[in-house]
Amino acid sequence: MNGERSVFQNILIYLGALFILIWSAGPFIWQFSTSLQLDKALTEGTPSLIPNPFTLEHYYNAFVEKGLHHYVLNSLVVSLATTALCLIVGSLAAFSLSRLDVRGRFGILTVILSVSMFPQIALVGPLYLIASDLGLLDTYTALIITYLALGLPLVTWVLFGYFETLPREIDEAARIDGVGPVGLLWHIILPMSLPSLVTTGLLAFITAWNEFLFALAFTSDSGSQTIPVGIANFTNQYYVPWGDIAAASAVVTIPLIILVLFFQRHIIEGLTQGGIKE
Amino acid sequence: MAVTMTVAVSEQTPGKSRALSSALWPWLLLLPAFLSLASVSFYPIVNGVYLSFTNRSLITQDNDFVSIANYVQLLADPPFWNAWWHTIWFTLISTLLETFIGLAMALILCETFAGRGMVRAAMLVPWAMPTVVTSKMFGWLFDGQHGIINFILLHTGLIDQNVNWYGSPDTALTTIILADVWKTTPFMALLLLTGLQTVPKSLIEAARMDGARAWTIFWHVRLPLLMPTLLIAGLFRALDAFRVFDLVYVLTGGGPADSTETLSTLSYKVLFSTLQFGYGSAVTTAMFLTEGLIAIGFCIFLVRQIRRTT
Repeated sequence: MNGERSVFQNILIYLGALFILIWSAGPFIWQFSTSLQLDKALTEGTPSLIPNPFTLEHYYNAFVEKGLHHYVLNSLVVSLATTALCLIVGSLAAFSLSRLDVRGRFGILTVILSVSMFPQIALVGPLYLIASDLGLLDTYTALIITYLALGLPLVTWVLFGYFETLPREIDEAARIDGVGPVGLLWHIILPMSLPSLVTTGLLAFITAWNEFLFALAFTSDSGSQTIPVGIANFTNQYYVPWGDIAAASAVVTIPLIILVLFFQRHIIEGLTQGGIKE
Repeated sequence: MAVTMTVAVSEQTPGKSRALSSALWPWLLLLPAFLSLASVSFYPIVNGVYLSFTNRSLITQDNDFVSIANYVQLLADPPFWNAWWHTIWFTLISTLLETFIGLAMALILCETFAGRGMVRAAMLVPWAMPTVVTSKMFGWLFDGQHGIINFILLHTGLIDQNVNWYGSPDTALTTIILADVWKTTPFMALLLLTGLQTVPKSLIEAARMDGARAWTIFWHVRLPLLMPTLLIAGLFRALDAFRVFDLVYVLTGGGPADSTETLSTLSYKVLFSTLQFGYGSAVTTAMFLTEGLIAIGFCIFLVRQIRRTT
C-alpha cells in the first residue's frame, strides 16, 4: 500500500507515528530525567530534559533512607513464587482442557475467564477477614495465594490457546509408547511450549509485580510490603520528594520495560490469543 | 478424535484402577486451578454478598444479620451516589477516549513506515508500568507549582497562571482520566491493530480499484469488519475502568472535597478506615451488580451488532 500514498498522506502518517512515540515514551523519559536532577534544578527556573548537573542522590535516598531494597526483595519473592505457581497450576488446567476428555470445556474456560472480570475491591474485604483469621496478614503467603488466582485466568487461556495449536498426533504417539497424561505433559507438551511458557510467565510476573490493592490491604510493614505500596508511601509529610519518587520509579520500571521490549512480539500475540484482556 | 480414542483404549486395558484413573485425570489436573479460583474469587464474592446483610464491624465487633438495612442506608447515602456518578463518568469518558484515540493509532500502525517496529514496542511502555508509578509520574507532570505541563501551557500562552490540576475539584477528575487514557490507549491500539489486520487486503484493494477514497474504505469496509473487536475491547476496557483504584488512590485519595471519589476508593475507605465490613460489602456488592449490568448491556448490543452485519 505504501507506494500509492500521496506526499500529504505520508506526512500525516509520520506525524502520527511521532505523536504515538512521544505519547508512549515521553512521560517516562521525563520521569527518568527527573530522577537524575538536583532538587534545586527541579523547582527553580526553566525545566530541562538533560540533567545538568547530573546527580545520583535520589537513588541514594531511595535505597539508603527509604529502604527501597526491602520492597524490591519482597516484590521479587512474591512475584517469582506467583509466576512459578501460575505456570504449574495453569499448565495443568490448560493441558487437561486441551488434551483430555473434559465435558463442557468451553463452559469451564468461560467461567475461568469471568473470574478476571470480578471487581477486585469486592474480593479484598472477605479475603482480608480470611487472611486475618489464618494469621496470614503481613506474610508473603497471603499475597502469593491471591496473585495466583488473579493471574490464573489469563495464564490458563493463553496456554490453552497454545496447546490447541500443537498437533494431536503426538498424543497418539505418546499413548502408543505407553506414556500417561502427566508424562505427555511433562516430557512432550511443556518442552514444545517453551516460548508460550515464557510469555505467560512474564504476564503473571508483571501482574504480581504491579499489583497494589491487595498488597496495600494485606501488608503493613516493610518486611512484607511490595514496591507499589512502598512507592505510594514515599510522600513526605511536608513536601513531595519528586526526585526520590522518580528514582524509585525508574528502579522498578526499567527492568520491566527491558523485559517487555525484548519479548514484545510474543506478548502482543499471547494477549490477543487469550482474548482481549490486559 | 484422538482424545476420545485415548480414553476408549485405556478403558479396555486390563485392571480397573487404570480405567478409573483415566477418567479422573482431567479433573485431578483441573483441581488446583478450581481450588485456587474458588477460594480466592468465588467464595469471597459470595461471602461479600452475605457480609452486606450483616453489621460486621472490626471496631465494635458487631456481627449480626441486619437484612437489607445496609442497602437502605446505601440508597440514601450522598457519598455513595457521589462516587457512583464519578465512576460512571470516569468509565464512560475514558473508555470512549481510549477507543477513539486507540483506533486512530491503530490506523496509523496499519500502514507501513520506517520505524514501525520501534513505535509498536514503545507502545507497551505505559501498559507495563505499575499503575502506582503512572500515578506518581502524572502527579509530577501536572504538579501545580513545578510541573512541566503548567510550564508548557504557561509559555505557550494557553493559561496565564499555574493550574493546581490535582488540587482543585474542577480539574482533578479530568486529570485522572487523562492519566488513565495515557496508560491504556496504546495497548488498546495494539489490540485494535490485530483486528484491523484480519480485514482481507483483497477487499480493500477491490474498493480502491472501484475508486473509493481512504475515508470511504475506512467507513464502509474496515469499520464494519472491525466492529466486533471494537465492542469487545470496549467492554473489557469499560469493566476495567469501572473498578479504577490505584490511579485515584495514589493521585488524589478521592479528594479534593470528594471530587474524585470512585466506588473502589470509597469502598476501600469504608472497609479499611472505618472497618465497617458489613456496610463496605454492601457498597462493593452494589458495584458488582452495576458492573454485571454494564456487561449484560454490552453483550446485548454486541449480539445486535453482529446480527446486523451478518
